[in-house]
Amino acid sequence: MDLKTLIPQKLKEKFPTVDFEVSDYRDELTIKFDKKYIVEVCKFLKSDSELEFSLCSDITAIDWATRKNRFTVVYNIFSMKHNFRLRLKADVDEGDCKIDSVSSVWRAANWQERETYDMYGIKFNNHPDLRRMYMPEEFEYHPLRKDFPLMGIPGSLPLPKK
Amino acid sequence: MDQLENQVHPKILEALLNARNDYTLDDALENEMVLNMGPQHPATHGVLRLLLRLDGERIIGCVPDLGYLHRGYEKMAENMSYYEYIPHTDRLDYISPMANNVAWVLAVEKLAGIEAPKRAQYIRMMIAELARIASHLVAIGSFAMDVGALTIFLWTLREREKILDIWDILCGARFTNSYTRIGGVANDAQPEALAKAKWFIDQFEPNLAEVEQLINTNRIFIERVDGVGAISKEDAIDLGFCGPNLRACGVEFDLRRNVPYLCYNEIDFKIPTYTEGDCLARYFLRLDECRESAKIIKQVLEKMPQGPVHADMPKKVLPQKDEVYTKMEELIHDFMIVNFGINPPVGEIYHAIEGSKGELGFYLVSKGDGKPWKCKIRSPSFNNIQALPKLVIGHLISDVVAIIGSIDPIMGEADK
Amino acid sequence: MGLEAYLKDNGFFTTKIDAIIAWARKSSVWPMPMGISCCAIEMMAVGDPKYDIARFGSEVMRFTPRQCDLMIVAGTVTYKMAPVVRKIYDQMPEPKWVIAMGACTSSGGMYRSYSVVQGIDQFLPVDVYLAGCPPRPDNLLHALMKIQDKIGKTKASEFPNIPLNKIDINLPELNVIQKN
Repeated sequence: MDLKTLIPQKLKEKFPTVDFEVSDYRDELTIKFDKKYIVEVCKFLKSDSELEFSLCSDITAIDWATRKNRFTVVYNIFSMKHNFRLRLKADVDEGDCKIDSVSSVWRAANWQERETYDMYGIKFNNHPDLRRMYMPEEFEYHPLRKDFPLMGIPGSLPLPKK
Repeated sequence: MDQLENQVHPKILEALLNARNDYTLDDALENEMVLNMGPQHPATHGVLRLLLRLDGERIIGCVPDLGYLHRGYEKMAENMSYYEYIPHTDRLDYISPMANNVAWVLAVEKLAGIEAPKRAQYIRMMIAELARIASHLVAIGSFAMDVGALTIFLWTLREREKILDIWDILCGARFTNSYTRIGGVANDAQPEALAKAKWFIDQFEPNLAEVEQLINTNRIFIERVDGVGAISKEDAIDLGFCGPNLRACGVEFDLRRNVPYLCYNEIDFKIPTYTEGDCLARYFLRLDECRESAKIIKQVLEKMPQGPVHADMPKKVLPQKDEVYTKMEELIHDFMIVNFGINPPVGEIYHAIEGSKGELGFYLVSKGDGKPWKCKIRSPSFNNIQALPKLVIGHLISDVVAIIGSIDPIMGEADK
Repeated sequence: MGLEAYLKDNGFFTTKIDAIIAWARKSSVWPMPMGISCCAIEMMAVGDPKYDIARFGSEVMRFTPRQCDLMIVAGTVTYKMAPVVRKIYDQMPEPKWVIAMGACTSSGGMYRSYSVVQGIDQFLPVDVYLAGCPPRPDNLLHALMKIQDKIGKTKASEFPNIPLNKIDINLPELNVIQKN
């Protein structure tokens, strides 16, 4: 059976209570669901012997700059068995800016979640080492949010004297 | 200035002390030492900072610190059009700049639904493989230099200068050349460039054999790198290792074969793999990949079709400069595309190519206007460095240099 | 600190000594390659057999600042990296010169963003600015020749005689963790 129909079917069988939004754009499958179930869905996708999504390519977030559900955390995963790419999405609101960490499922997610935290300020629960990745430790802002200016905030990063 | 003097901030020191490791020594010394392999050090791999926790000379904990070259690429991408971003992608993996150009342009073409003509795709394949050879030459050279064999570096750089000459004829810049365009390449490949590429491939194999002859059977080199930094197959996939490092662990995974892009399914080439997963295997793998790339370029040069190098979509592809100066519609299209962008439809894509370090991917979200709403660069070096703590634990300090050299990280793309 | 500074204090004919010492200094400029990003690759290319820098006297590119007199800052300097560059500059012994190689070090280059220092002359005194992104190796050799001209015109009166105990030396600190 075609993977594009097999995956949503298997997910609906295993998690009947969860509401999955499936979309297909330019030959790529995207599945969106509530952020509470992220760890269980990822565990299932990795360990299922028919699917085997063993490679976590990329984790990032999108800032929509809207009042409700400001961020969307995006997971791009890859199955080496079928050479198939899948995208998972979960909405995160600005007020409750937390989501569970999947670094227990794929160890590659560790640094990618740290980078998402550094750039957007989304905290990951149960992450082994949540620190800033690129900006210095003392930096107070999150650069990739839409309200942070491109040229930065003057005085936020110190410079040595001449 | 206080916060500048205190170089080791408490949070990172805490992370170093908590770094989980299953390594214990039988006769551990009473004190441990924290060593800072600072952002500026002689191993020519850029500004990577490592904090090492040492017991004598053995490493029992390691925490890399990135961000010394963080230039804000993703934020800048949200503020400029897709065409304006092409020179920025050059500077990502700055040793193989053409490959990054190809990756970006393929991602934007997938988003906008443009298909480049055949000749442009073959030219892109040729330059991507030349970029791979250039990158592996530097990797082999600096790896050998880090271990102590200085001559190799000069010889491989001499070969690389010939590739830079080819690029110079092709597009005018020997380095950081923004040669690809959305819908094709900037200009057609001149016959001199193709002839020089053919000449280069013909004399490349004997020169590479000469380089190999120096160190392949050298006892000091082999003892220095054999068995150092070994990693198993499952660990490698789980930690996100990619590229030649993954293939040296026994996983036969190459995006050119598994998820073909451009015209790689019409070319015949092998995917070399080794099973040991240590520094020596990675070194041999890069040599084999250079030879495979030379084979690919030879076939590409034979099979290259004649034809245009720009796609025929006037509203999305920039017209040629001489037509802009003389014809009306081309002038209007040029104005609209430069000022307002190509306006791909609302949606998102993720497209990755097999760069010389691994899977280089772009995740683009478009809201329908000329600038991307979000651009994420999936850089292979970032994920390769993530596996570094696992590789160095238990080895000596001098092995760290060899391991970093064999992983071949480029901080320009790891730090974005 | 320097033969000619000592001679100047004790009064003597210094013009010929100036010329000889300036000639010796400019013929053996040892660069300290502060290679940060893409310009560092062109700096490596200057060292390779095609554009040989050794024939200009820069036989060795020492990566330790204590033995160099010219710092070539090659690559984008970010706010996080700036204190490191300044520290290395402070560790170099006098007399020292700085080449700002490429557009990123001269003025921030093509990166007008929140984390890139818009020109290293905000925290370092620069002698020669080099344009290009990256500048060709021939350009870097031209800059080196300009530095050599500048060194060739130096006089003893420019270098003060600072006794050793008055110079501020920065030593990095080693952290030792006590297990018991």
